[in-house]
Amino acid sequence: MTDQRTSSTPAPPRPKSSILSSLGRLAAGNRRALFPLLALVLILLGNWLISPSFFSIRVVEGRMLGSIIDIFNRGAPTVLLAIGMTLVIATKGIDLSVGAVIAICGAVAAVLISTTDLSPYVVMLLSVGAGILCGLWNGILVAIFDIQPFIATLILMVVGRGIAQLITEGQIAVFNNPTLEFIGKGTLFGIPFAIILTAIVFVIVYLFIRRTALGLLIESVGANARASYYAGINARLITLMVYVISGICAAIAGLIITTDIKGADANNAGLWLELDAILAVVIGGTLLSGGRFYLALSVIGALIIQSIQTGIFVSGLPPTFNLIVQAVVILAILFLQSEEFRRPFVRAWNRMRKTA
Amino acid sequence: MRSRAFPLIATFVVFVALYLIGYQRFPAFGTTRVIANFLTDKSFLGIAAVGMTFVIIAGGIDLSVGSVVAFTGVFCALAIGRLGMHPLVAFAVILLIGAAFGAIMGAVIHFYKIPAFIVTLAGMFLARGGAFVLSQESLPIEHSFYELIGDLYYVFPDRGRLTFVAVLFVVVLVVGIVIAHFTRFGRNIYAMGGSRESAANAALLLGVPIGRTTIMVYTLSAVLATLSGIVYSLYTSSGYPRAAVGLELDAIAAVVTGGTLLTGGVGFVAGTFVGVMIQGVIQTYINFDGTLNSWWTKIVIGLLLFLFIIIQKVLTSYRGTFTFRLIPGLSRRAAESKTSASPP
Repeated sequence: MTDQRTSSTPAPPRPKSSILSSLGRLAAGNRRALFPLLALVLILLGNWLISPSFFSIRVVEGRMLGSIIDIFNRGAPTVLLAIGMTLVIATKGIDLSVGAVIAICGAVAAVLISTTDLSPYVVMLLSVGAGILCGLWNGILVAIFDIQPFIATLILMVVGRGIAQLITEGQIAVFNNPTLEFIGKGTLFGIPFAIILTAIVFVIVYLFIRRTALGLLIESVGANARASYYAGINARLITLMVYVISGICAAIAGLIITTDIKGADANNAGLWLELDAILAVVIGGTLLSGGRFYLALSVIGALIIQSIQTGIFVSGLPPTFNLIVQAVVILAILFLQSEEFRRPFVRAWNRMRKTA
Repeated sequence: MRSRAFPLIATFVVFVALYLIGYQRFPAFGTTRVIANFLTDKSFLGIAAVGMTFVIIAGGIDLSVGSVVAFTGVFCALAIGRLGMHPLVAFAVILLIGAAFGAIMGAVIHFYKIPAFIVTLAGMFLARGGAFVLSQESLPIEHSFYELIGDLYYVFPDRGRLTFVAVLFVVVLVVGIVIAHFTRFGRNIYAMGGSRESAANAALLLGVPIGRTTIMVYTLSAVLATLSGIVYSLYTSSGYPRAAVGLELDAIAAVVTGGTLLTGGVGFVAGTFVGVMIQGVIQTYINFDGTLNSWWTKIVIGLLLFLFIIIQKVLTSYRGTFTFRLIPGLSRRAAESKTSASPP
């Protein structure tokens, strides 16, 4: 299951004017990047039309404020999840449990910081450790027991919030600790720390995956696990690893969400965020059938979803339309990406060029 | 064929064991009151789960179920309360809307080759969003017809009540079993789910109309989800846009514990019934106990899910490895069930 789309799509038409032709070449070279980037630009432009102050950034008390910053800040958890989810989906898997893992890791952090004398740094490490354990559980079920990823991670998705409830004993565990709160509320160089943390995670994962052969191995396992095994790739280990990375990403997202509101809500923290993350990955052009993956485009996908939500918020449209607008925009992007949907239009365009 | 029934038998054994544990602790488990309540309380989940069984056997998934239930409830409440429609007319209209909704999802999945997971996820957002646009709060339904349905029950000698919705659930179940095992449509679903991913599409070669069957399966699931929504509105006498959140996950869990393989092609509607009843037993036990918190329901359901997956794995992987050894390359399940490779 490698790149079927680029291989079977006819070469895009070359417009005559110079600017258009250079755009056309760009589209031909980075066809995959085109749709998500175009969608993001269009949505941001739409937001700008609705609210002219959309792009303005002002600095209040050494902290940047503005809708754009807001998109990055609020989108940080989804971006983190999308990073882990991309790798999981690249191995032909799926991780439904990340929302529940957010709840678990948030609960661990909140309960440890409020009931023990542990240093906040140790608490952070333990919280991420809980994420690693969750990832290991998923990874062992998928890689060692050969259970379908959908079902394997569904188990933790169903059980996870129950476990988080057990940890917080059914309460919303609140805490007060400036060091820990810095993750979600802090500001570094005027930029919200959550954005910086997300960027750091992205860079580390990107270098780890793309500057080593690891990314290639992940794609190979996703394309054909059996063939990879015969080629000498430890497919089980690779599969196990991507679920652990996904667990770590979810744990960091959980820390951001929990420390932002200074409390762990086992019922609602990260609720349905796994669906946003999966959508982000799909919008970014990574196929659910595994193989090639596009880490940066998944991040763009996550930002698209957040831009839609922020846009609806800024526009003053009643929040009841939130889900519908989101669904329609996402469907539009997915339709545009579907070769079967584009085919009649491409044909009509080619016919027009021939007659002209 | 018989070995395929093993997961079903395992599910049934676990159900009986759980029931006996409950009976031993709380003798009330033996009364028709509790048993009839299983059916009534789980009727909407059960009806939705029957539809989900078909989708999963066909090799797909339907995440929109819970949202469709909520939309149906709100629509019925508005149609009856505001527009003054007779409930039966409202039911007919919403069933048609549901059927169209499912047909469109099926068509998009088939024609545009967008994964079912994503299409039905968008459907989930659309239906839930639609419910919120119609109403933000819970709407009560007051109509003589609802009272009539509410009064329609059979009383057992020990005062257990077999309600109308419980009977409806059983009827849907029986119809589902007939469709799955005794109609051409049912055989097409099994054939499609059993061969969908293979390189040479066996179902296509067998002459199964893939497009039509795909669209019909999602239509069936959406119609049953709508029916489940109607039952939910009868059960609660209200329409609420936040109703039945996550119902699709409970339905998937029930289907999988009922012995249906998520890879498609293998499964039983009757197994789904047992899966739904298991959830009913767990919930009732935890309610009776009183000291256990409600989230234990989820934990126990998740652990049972885990148990069943392991049982299925042991059974199917043994069969898979065996055929793989005999005829390399011919066993689809052997190749597919291995996410990562292992030496044959």
